[in-house]
Amino acid sequence: MVDTTANTEKIYNWIANIPDPEIPVISIADLGMLRRVEYKEDKYVVTITPTYTACPAMKMIEDEIIEKLHDHHVDNVKVDLVYTPAWTTDWISETAKIKLRKYGISPPQHSSCSKVFGTEKQVACPRCNSKDTEVISKFGSTACKALYKCNSCKESFDYFKCH
Amino acid sequence: MKKEEAVFKYCLRLGDDALILGHRLSELCSKAAFIEEDLALTNISLDMIGRAQAILKYAGEVEGKGNSEDDLAYRRPEIKYYNHLLMEQDNGDFARTIVRQLFISTFEYFLYSDLERSADPTISAIASKAIKEVKYHFEHASEWTVRLGDGTEESHNRMQKAVNDLWMYTGELFEMDEVENLLLKDGIVVDLIPIKSQWQMKLQNVLTEATLTMPEDGYMQTGGRKGVHTEKLGHILSEMQYLQRAYPDAKW
Repeated sequence: MVDTTANTEKIYNWIANIPDPEIPVISIADLGMLRRVEYKEDKYVVTITPTYTACPAMKMIEDEIIEKLHDHHVDNVKVDLVYTPAWTTDWISETAKIKLRKYGISPPQHSSCSKVFGTEKQVACPRCNSKDTEVISKFGSTACKALYKCNSCKESFDYFKCH
Repeated sequence: MKKEEAVFKYCLRLGDDALILGHRLSELCSKAAFIEEDLALTNISLDMIGRAQAILKYAGEVEGKGNSEDDLAYRRPEIKYYNHLLMEQDNGDFARTIVRQLFISTFEYFLYSDLERSADPTISAIASKAIKEVKYHFEHASEWTVRLGDGTEESHNRMQKAVNDLWMYTGELFEMDEVENLLLKDGIVVDLIPIKSQWQMKLQNVLTEATLTMPEDGYMQTGGRKGVHTEKLGHILSEMQYLQRAYPDAKW
C-alpha cells in the first residue's frame, strides 16, 4: 500500500519551486498559482490556476510540472487548470513581494482592487522607494504588468498590476 | 430546446464575441500608432483570446460531441458564428477602434459583473476572471475617448463620426431570444434590459466628458446571434482559419 498523503506532500514540495517563466525570481507557489496536489483515481492531480486567462506561461508551467515529476519517477500525473476562485494578487506571498522588488518589479500595492472604475495610486519605485512615480503605459511587457517611471531617480520600471 | 443545447448556444455567443474581437485587435500588432498603444491593444486582444479559449472549451464539453475549443474556432463557417456584428467591424482609424472598444467594454463590464452570479459554475468562474480584465479595457477606452473627444477639432470630429457610424450596431447587444429567455429562468444568464440602461448611463457620462454627443436611437442592425453577418466576418475567418482548413489537424 502506497502512502499517498505523504506522496502528495512530497510532490508539492518538488514542484513548488518551479519558477514562473516570465519572472524567474519567484516560484509558482510564491505566486499562488499552485493550488494543491491530491490523489484521485490512481492519479496525482496537480491543480493550478492562471493569473490571467490568456497567460501564455500556463502551458509551459504544465509541461515543467510533468517533466519535474517524471524526473522523480512519478508519471501518473494530471495537471488541472481551474478558474475558480479567480486568482488574485492577494495570493502573492510577502517573501515573493520582496523578491519582486529586488528584481526591479514594483509589487502590487494592495489587495483585490474592489474598486472598479478607478486607477491605482501611489506605486513605489522598486529602486529608490520614492512614491513620486507616474504611469507610462497601463499595459506592459506581459499581461500582468504596467509600465511606470520614477520622477525621483528617473528610472522606468514594471509594476505588477493588482488583480 | 433543451437546457444543454441552450447553454451550448449561449457559450458559443460569448466565445465568438471574444474570439472575433480578439482576432480583430490582433491585426493591430506592430501597426498601432506608438509602442505603448501597440502593447495595450495586443494585451487586450490576448485577454479576449484567452477568454474565448476558456468559454469555447466549455461549449465543446457541454455539446458532448468531442469538439475542442480549436475545432469550434477553426471548423465553423460564417453562418455558424454567433458574435455580435459590432465585434467584427473593421479597425478603421484609431477613433473607430477606440469607440468600438468603449461600446464593448462598457457593455461587458455590466454583463460580466452580473454573470459572476450565474447559476452555472463554469460561466460564473470565467466571468469572475474576465471582469478583472474588462476593467482595464474600459479604463483604456474611456481615457482615450475623453482625450480625443475633448482634443483637437480633427480628433473630436473623427471620434464623433466613429460614434455615429458604429451606433447602429449597439442595439443588438441588448436583444434576447429563446436561448437567453430559457436560461434566464434558471439564473444561468442575465437580464439585458437593466444592463441597457446602465450601459447608456455610463456611456453618457464618458461621452459628455469627452464633449461628444450620444446619437438618438434610430435603425439598428441585427443578425449576429442568428449567424447573419456583415461582409466583414468572412474575411476575418478566411485568414484565421486558413491553416487548419488547408492542413487539417496541423499542430505547432
